[in-house]
Amino acid sequence: MVHVSMAVNGRQAAAEVDPRTLLVQFLRDHLRLTGTHVGCDTSQCGACVVHVDGEAIKSCTALAVSCNGAQVTTIEGLAQSGKLHPMQQAFQDNHGLQCGFCTPGMIMAAVDLVNREGPNLDEAAIRHGLEGNICRCTGYHNIVKAVAQGAREMAAMPKAAE
Amino acid sequence: MSATGIGASVKRTEDIRFITGKGHYVDDINRPGQAYAYFLRSPHAHATIDKIDTAAALKAPGVVAIFTGDDIAADKVGGLICGWMIHSKDGSPMKAGAHPALAQGKVRYVGDHVAVVIADTYAQAREAAEKIDVAYGVLPAAVDTAHAAASGQPQIHDVAPNNTVFNWHVGDKATTDAAFASAKHVTKLDLVNNRTIPNAMEPRAAVGDYDSGTDTITLYTTSQNPHVARLVLSAFIGLAAENKLRVVAPDVGGGFGSKIFIYAEETVCAWAAKKIDRPVKWTAERTESFLSDAHGRDHVSHAELALDANGKITGLRVHTIANLGAYLSTFASSVPTYLYGILLSGQYDIPAIYCEVDAVYTNTAPVDAVRGAGRPEATFLVERIVELAARETGRDPADFRRQNFVKSFPHQTPVILAYDVGDYAKALDKALELADYKGIGARKAASAKNGKLRGIGISAYIEACGLAPSAAVGSLGAGVGLWESAEVRVNPVGTVEVLTGCHSHGQGHETTYAQLVSSRLGIPLENVSVVHGDTDKVQFGMGTYGSRSGAVGMSAIYKALDKIEAKAKKVAGHVLEASEGDIEFKDGKFTVKGTDKSIDFGSVALNAYTAHKFNGQELEPGLKETAFWDPTNFTFPAGVHICELEIDPQTGVTTVDRWTAVDDFGKLINPMIVEGQVHGGVAHGIGQALMEAAHYDGDGQLLTASYMDYCMPRADNLPSFKVETIETPCPSNPLGIKGCGEAGAIASPPAVINALTDALGHEDVTMPATAQVVWRAAQKAVTKRAAE
Repeated sequence: MVHVSMAVNGRQAAAEVDPRTLLVQFLRDHLRLTGTHVGCDTSQCGACVVHVDGEAIKSCTALAVSCNGAQVTTIEGLAQSGKLHPMQQAFQDNHGLQCGFCTPGMIMAAVDLVNREGPNLDEAAIRHGLEGNICRCTGYHNIVKAVAQGAREMAAMPKAAE
Repeated sequence: MSATGIGASVKRTEDIRFITGKGHYVDDINRPGQAYAYFLRSPHAHATIDKIDTAAALKAPGVVAIFTGDDIAADKVGGLICGWMIHSKDGSPMKAGAHPALAQGKVRYVGDHVAVVIADTYAQAREAAEKIDVAYGVLPAAVDTAHAAASGQPQIHDVAPNNTVFNWHVGDKATTDAAFASAKHVTKLDLVNNRTIPNAMEPRAAVGDYDSGTDTITLYTTSQNPHVARLVLSAFIGLAAENKLRVVAPDVGGGFGSKIFIYAEETVCAWAAKKIDRPVKWTAERTESFLSDAHGRDHVSHAELALDANGKITGLRVHTIANLGAYLSTFASSVPTYLYGILLSGQYDIPAIYCEVDAVYTNTAPVDAVRGAGRPEATFLVERIVELAARETGRDPADFRRQNFVKSFPHQTPVILAYDVGDYAKALDKALELADYKGIGARKAASAKNGKLRGIGISAYIEACGLAPSAAVGSLGAGVGLWESAEVRVNPVGTVEVLTGCHSHGQGHETTYAQLVSSRLGIPLENVSVVHGDTDKVQFGMGTYGSRSGAVGMSAIYKALDKIEAKAKKVAGHVLEASEGDIEFKDGKFTVKGTDKSIDFGSVALNAYTAHKFNGQELEPGLKETAFWDPTNFTFPAGVHICELEIDPQTGVTTVDRWTAVDDFGKLINPMIVEGQVHGGVAHGIGQALMEAAHYDGDGQLLTASYMDYCMPRADNLPSFKVETIETPCPSNPLGIKGCGEAGAIASPPAVINALTDALGHEDVTMPATAQVVWRAAQKAVTKRAAE
């Protein structure tokens, strides 16, 4: 067993874990943060996307120990003081989700996309930016609309809200 | 129309938990003291199991128990069932081979369940499984759909000679043959409907939990129909009496058919939890989903269409071989028969149809319903051959369809179904206009200038939904009735809980059902809660599939609301001191006709429970009603989808450029949700047409068992969609709903292939039309064009 410690959604979390524990297992099984999902075992589907030190990663592909000392944000930590993040709100406004399983990863990936590429994203840029996240329900049409709205509204957000 | 009433695009109330990570899926459930199950699966497509030695594995760290088929047999756990009896044309019943939850003596596909290892952690169970020594006697495998029934093929089930499950037929052979004998033109087409894997994003999962104090098993499972699961697990598999078995399907991350069925894994988890008196949890790895979720489609067909001199279709003759995999899954037999053969009239007035279906076993995963189930296969066949017939006879494909459409209703087809209502030409004309069909020539020319090939393809589909009139499906072999139930519970302060047997796994019932109830009772949307997915809460129900949760599920709620209103009027009469017949109910208020005496819905509810104003012996206190709705007919959603795409002949890359859909779903409850259903269905169908295929090699190894090998449509593979509707209300249910969940997946594959073949100068392509397939066809087309 190894000691692992990180800040998750602004709270310090520590545990003794099997060294092979993946970040997603640490979040789901140890911290019971079950909003981060596992949809595949080959880092393809993106349901497990979280932010580590401000950047999106697939948490099924990182060992928990490799995130020792990191700042981790999961879907549960995106809303601030009871107010939805604009990207979360945009997904509801645009019917950008159906079964909800891919949604946490999709939202975390979308926030990261805007953080990286800025808020002025055309449809092609959004579609390209989301190709690491699979959704079977929506056909992506409304996800693309949601991300466009979320991007616009993130631009109007005070900086460093995440 | 109010802001939250029927017809309003109300934002979904269930979204909040999903966008904040507070959804509650099966893998999020953890029971105190739970152990974890790992299934040892067959690496061979076909083999005898000569010996299983578990001694070393049992000694591995953390192992609690290991069970095999012998243990299942010793406990008399019944086999998995197929709930729809099909009779062959000679009258004999289908040949259903035994389907034990853990293999007994033989494995029949890669992924078949050989043993279950239960340990303190999942990693321990997985590691211990590697120590199980199985002696297999490897047999040759029958894999190929077209040849599975040929002589000399390996025999998969002793009860099914020539691997044949049934030889079914529908329609009249003699009249159809006569139509062909007098035909002016006959179009012939061979088609393969490619095998796909459903791929709900949430892998299947189960937690079995046994309470020895009450001798009750609770099974948390990823199910579209928890009551059907309980019925099968109790009455057929025999795990426990129904009153001692609770099945809970909480939030479920997509189904697309794959979570209708009762599988080995959840059966074993529920059984083993009692056996070891400890909760047992299993969650599929994605590769397990590929190997063991029921697959879809997989037809090989030959079709012939007869035309007279005027281009009128006079007959359709079809022969299909349907691959059902290694075992019959829960509804497998109904898919290539009563969800396929009887849809072959499409939107057309065809006087004579004859269809034969040979269903075969192969050493592959079971095949069952996937989004559309049978109807996509029928639509693909009809819309490909109709397109080809138009081209062969030099007619415009749109005009040819319009000429042959059913134009008067009701319309009795020669293959059982009686279409109730529709306006097929209206949908076609609207779609042609939205797609700028007239302008395609100029756009083709523009593409050609850039060295690209542009094509346009039409698909005019029909589906039979709203499954289904119980007596009708019973006469066709269904083992269950397909009504739906509803319970409306009004609380003393006027808030309402609606209990439904229709599970929601993305369809948005918590919003749409609340729209119906709130608008009918005149109460705010947030005062209505929708309860589903738990057999301890909802008495019984048939679940969600076949686009039934609106047409059938909401009709049951509507009927229960009728009863609520009738009872509430009685209570209001007592409170307002008027006769029940003088009470009117409108906008949430009960009024004595012709007076200003009124009382609101909440006050009536309170009076119903205080029972101070009426005699409790003459009028029962309380306000709670139940209804069962059994439809009188299927519903018939129909519409036209048009695909426009561009091919780069140098690379074979196909870009779907425009998608136009005009659907007739009858009355819409929430247009936003309906459009979302169409988007998802179309994407699924484009996936089948261009990307997705389950590939088995000759030995029965699944080559496409991960997202690195099985190509799922991603955001950058698809366009945005233009989706509109027309409306002919369904006459057989009170809300006029037809259903919308499967339409996109049914309509889209032939639209894509018709567009591709249009772009390729009629060169045929098979699905999935990957870049390689298209490139080869494009090279042929270019060569052919050069030669002309």
